[in-house]
Parts: sequence; structure tokens; C-alpha cells
Amino acid sequence: MTQSRPSLQLVAAWLGLLGLLALTVTMAYAPLGAANAVVAIGIGITKAALVAAIFMELRYRDALTLLFAGAGLFWLGILLWLGLMDFLTRT
Amino acid sequence: MPDSPAVAPQFTSASHRDETAELGMWVFIATEVLLFGGLLLAYFVYRHAYPQGFVTGSRHTEIVIGTANTAILLTSSFLVAWAVEIFSAETRRLTAGLLTGAICLGLAFILLKGIEYHREYDEHLVPGIDFRFTGSLANGVQLFFIFYFIATAIHALHMIIGIGLLAVLALLCRAAPSTRRRAALHSVALYWHFVDIVWIFLFALIYLPGRSAS
Repeated sequence: MTQSRPSLQLVAAWLGLLGLLALTVTMAYAPLGAANAVVAIGIGITKAALVAAIFMELRYRDALTLLFAGAGLFWLGILLWLGLMDFLTRT
Repeated sequence: MPDSPAVAPQFTSASHRDETAELGMWVFIATEVLLFGGLLLAYFVYRHAYPQGFVTGSRHTEIVIGTANTAILLTSSFLVAWAVEIFSAETRRLTAGLLTGAICLGLAFILLKGIEYHREYDEHLVPGIDFRFTGSLANGVQLFFIFYFIATAIHALHMIIGIGLLAVLALLCRAAPSTRRRAALHSVALYWHFVDIVWIFLFALIYLPGRSAS
């Protein structure tokens, strides 16, 4: 069976990503103070998760692939956590 | 088929080979995460040290171009994911067409980026070449623009490499859509989506801060 149209999931992910982009730009103009940065990065993480799960097909993958994909995030976490600890706690 | 000459001896089957290629691509992406991670760390350290300078610098970026480029890149990723999903001998022309569409969107991104760089040059915002921002925030703004140019230039370099890879795969898939080429296309698609994710975060860190300041 030959399929040529994109799956509904793929289209929904694409439209969802464009919707989140519109939302994040709109929210950037809302006067939320320090929460603006949290909202921008939170929506960014949501968009990245959508791309990873749907476009990069991680939702179909086994634990081994998730482990390989998660390794980068694990090391990034160490880099940012230990790297920023000194700067953010120093007065 | 363990005896197939098409599969190297370390693999038990073609699917084993293709799964290994996918894991290898994820290892490469992990190294790329750390490359951009170093830039992110520098961004957060200096944003913490110069909060007002970074917000002011951010307000001088072109949010219309940045937003358009984000939409362009998300759409190109969608086209590539679509091409991977429908890959087969019968749909080879459509696959190549979708990849060509993604390439055109990638080129549009680079073109808009060039226009943006040109405008920043006209506004004397390029550190090291022509930077004329005065006042108490000048140091922070300069650091912001150093991050901006280095991060977006490295990202644009990744885009150019990705466009080249997509072009090669569009030609290969059109000529002979084998399972091996499907695996290659899948690896290139992972790379393209990764470059998309990097941009999602660069967009949030570069263009969005400071827009709501009263």
C-alpha cells in the first residue's frame, strides 16, 4: 500500500508547533516581569519535545535509542548545572 | 540475511545495520548538544552578569525576521519528516520533491539571516567590526551581540551542511530508493530536526527577551 499523504500526527505536530510559535511571540509582549523568560524557555522545551517525539520518531523507539538520545541531555544538564552553580550562587 | 554481501560482517541483518546507524547519529547529536551547550552556558553566565544589557541587546534584534525564520524552519522539518514517512519506490518523486521544498525553505532561512546581518551592520551592532553603542549598557549589549553572531553563524553553518546533505539524499532517493538509502535519509532527517531544535532555543534566548519592557 503506497501512502503519499502525511499522517495526521505529523500535520498536527506541525500546526501545533506553529501555534506554539505564535503563543510564545504573543507572550513575550505580555508584561510578566521575570516570568517572561520562564514562559519563553518553557514553550521552547515543549516545541523541542514535540519535534523529538513526532518528527524524530522517538515515540516509536525502544529504550536503547531513548538512552542514546537522552545521553546528550544528561551531559548538557551536568554542563549547565555545575557550570552555572558558581555564578548563580555567588553574591 | 546474514550471508548477504550487502551487509558488513559486524551486522546480522540490514535492519541491524540501519538501527546501528540511527544510534550512531544520536551519539553525534549528543556531541552537537554539547557544542551548543557551551554557548548556552556562556549566554546564561553573561545574561546573569549583565541582565539589562542583554535585554536591551535583544530589543535591537529583528523579531519579525526571527519569527518568520522559525516558522520556515519548522515547516522544512515537517516536509523532511513527511518525506521519511512516505519513503518508498512508488513515491520516490514526491520524496525528492518534499526534500527539495525543505532545501528551498533552508535557503530562504539563510537569505533572511543575511538580510538581518546586513541591517545589524547598518545599525553599527557588529562587535569587532563596527560597534557603536554607547552608554552604561554598552558592555552588556556588546557581549549579547558577540553571542548572537557566534551562535547564529554556527547554526547557519549547520544549516548549510544540512542543505547539502538533503540535496545529496534527494538525488539518491530519486535514483534508487533502497532500504539503505532510507536509513541514510533518516539520519540526515535527524540532523535537520536537531538543527531545528537548536534554533527553537536560540529564538527564545535571542529575540524574545525585553519585548514587554515598559
